[in-house]
Amino acid sequence: MNVSIFVPCFIDQLYPSVAFSMVKVLEKAGCTVSYNTNQTCCGQPAFNAGFHGEAKDVCTKFLNDFAGADYVVAPSASCVGFVRNYYHQLFDNSSRHNDVKDLANRIVEFSEFMVKVLAVDNVGAQLNGRATYHDSCAALRECHIKTEPRQLLTNVTGLELIEMNDVETCCGFGGSFAVKFGPISIAMADQKLTNATATQAHYLISTDMSCLMHIGGYSQNKGAGIKVMHLAEVLASGW
Amino acid sequence: MSNVSSFMAKSTIRAADLDHRKKINFNIGRYNAAVPQGKQQFANLAMARERAKNAKWRAIENLDSYLEEFEKKITERGAAVLWAETAEDALEEIGRICREKNCKTLVKSKSMVTEEIHLNKYLEQNGIESVETDLGEYIQQLDNEPPYHIVTPAMHKSKEDVARLFADKLGVPGGLSPEELTLVAREKLREKYRHAEVGVTGANFIIADVGAVAVTENEGNARLSCSMPKTHIVVVGIEKVIPTMQDLALFWPLLSTYGTGQRVTVYNTIVSGPRQSHETDGPQEMYVILLDNGRTNLLANTAARQALYCIRCGACLNACPVYKNIGGHSYETTYSGPIGSVITPHLKGVGEYKHLSYASSLCGNCTEVCAVKINLHELLLENRHEAVVKGNSSLAERLAWKAWKQASLNRGLMNAANGNIKSKVVNLVFKGWAQHRDKLNFSQKTFNQLWKERQG
Repeated sequence: MNVSIFVPCFIDQLYPSVAFSMVKVLEKAGCTVSYNTNQTCCGQPAFNAGFHGEAKDVCTKFLNDFAGADYVVAPSASCVGFVRNYYHQLFDNSSRHNDVKDLANRIVEFSEFMVKVLAVDNVGAQLNGRATYHDSCAALRECHIKTEPRQLLTNVTGLELIEMNDVETCCGFGGSFAVKFGPISIAMADQKLTNATATQAHYLISTDMSCLMHIGGYSQNKGAGIKVMHLAEVLASGW
Repeated sequence: MSNVSSFMAKSTIRAADLDHRKKINFNIGRYNAAVPQGKQQFANLAMARERAKNAKWRAIENLDSYLEEFEKKITERGAAVLWAETAEDALEEIGRICREKNCKTLVKSKSMVTEEIHLNKYLEQNGIESVETDLGEYIQQLDNEPPYHIVTPAMHKSKEDVARLFADKLGVPGGLSPEELTLVAREKLREKYRHAEVGVTGANFIIADVGAVAVTENEGNARLSCSMPKTHIVVVGIEKVIPTMQDLALFWPLLSTYGTGQRVTVYNTIVSGPRQSHETDGPQEMYVILLDNGRTNLLANTAARQALYCIRCGACLNACPVYKNIGGHSYETTYSGPIGSVITPHLKGVGEYKHLSYASSLCGNCTEVCAVKINLHELLLENRHEAVVKGNSSLAERLAWKAWKQASLNRGLMNAANGNIKSKVVNLVFKGWAQHRDKLNFSQKTFNQLWKERQG
């Protein structure tokens, strides 16, 4: 299957290995992966800040960059959810209306793509230890992803999956919220980390690197000793 | 101190207060355990919420005619309807009625709209004793605090806190149990009921077709407040309309379930006027004050109008991780939590309250739990957008987003500069990030560069 990947701006800049892990897993699952080197960002940061004009220009570029691909797969439910659920607010009653509808059907989050499109839930990964999975709000409430990542993780050899309390509660990242309202964001991270460490997990795994950047950054700072890993990195382990 | 600085200061303190966190998690944990029980009464909950939203949509789209229908019907039964455009208008009407009745003591039941107009403060200034009769509100009044939550006003207090407060303020022995404390309050309040000349209540619903108001409660104090004193004043926001009495069959269980997890609350009262000639009890006079106070700003705004569907069940507060960490008082608004952050800028000014629309991680849990399916987190985004459109953004922000756009339209720019330089700049610009988190560590090369190298 031909897959065009979207590598979100912050993964492109901060965590390229996450995107390479996704490529490795997709290729093992039989996909031919292509990457449009012209791509940048989905436009969400400006939209969430209220700057729709700036967002719309960048979203238009995104629509152009991914025109024609069978599937656009991204290691981020946040970006996928934004394209699916919010682009129409910018492009309703415009000439791009149908392009937006079409892209919303073609853009898929990585775990969702593996399980729902490829029907692959075991890639032969191995990682030894206990893990807890964090539902990102975008995965859970924007994309309705709940079982797919867990299904994939259950099939990782050596990994024991333990659910934490309040697993559906936000970790407190929220984009600019994390900086503008630091003390609230940190308190939310603290409650998340407390619930995660209570499971005695070695790894905290999620579909979204933005949550992990925040929880991991706080955990490191606190010396909590739990390692954050993107789902793609876990699935690319041990082979 | 500006509203935003004050919000930052208060929320910073509260977010780090582990005792507060423990009490809130305990109390909201109890709520979370109860709600699924209440939900069981609905054969099809999704459809019930959808129907409720449709009923409120109909009510708000035809608000003018429903309000006039209500006025006509209830006036026929002898009540007087007073239209108040502002809080001051409402207070003046109440003040006038109290003077006419030579009112010294006024009993009131729990009502957020009377908090909104600061009725207690006004009455105190006019030499009238105002007594809160809802137990939670009574506790808050004794402690000289505004309600912490729109449904459970004293949610942030443990039973030990309340026992200490009663001992302190009422001179009863310390360490009383919740049952004993309730009996103390009951005894004190009964006395007030006997003397009060005027009773004030809010209303959960204005029922248009029969011309009545409906009051939902658990303690019976609202029913006493509207029936024992000779004069009953209802203060209610104009958005509380439902088209017909039949709609209560849906709204009563919905409000109860989402408010407290009950199937239906202990007392629900429909009041359709003062005592009629053939009746033996009830007040001699009844006034209904229909309050606008900024609600028509929301009505005029087609994008945000759905916020008027709110039935004030409080579910979005209980679901909100920001509310749970900073508590109800940090907002310094009558309506806190997600619904408060959505409506307050419209009710009281975008300039002074827009910060609340940004104080959200946009997790979407508020929207998920809303009894009438208001798109709360999207309305927060809408508020942010309106603030930008109306020129309420700073020059620095506008320049930053222009620069962001340039970078995002030009792939070459995103590959410019190595990781060290980016890390330095970004960590400098977003200083707050690394206060309690490790610094951001940019990759030496972007994925984009690495991919191109890999492809050769």
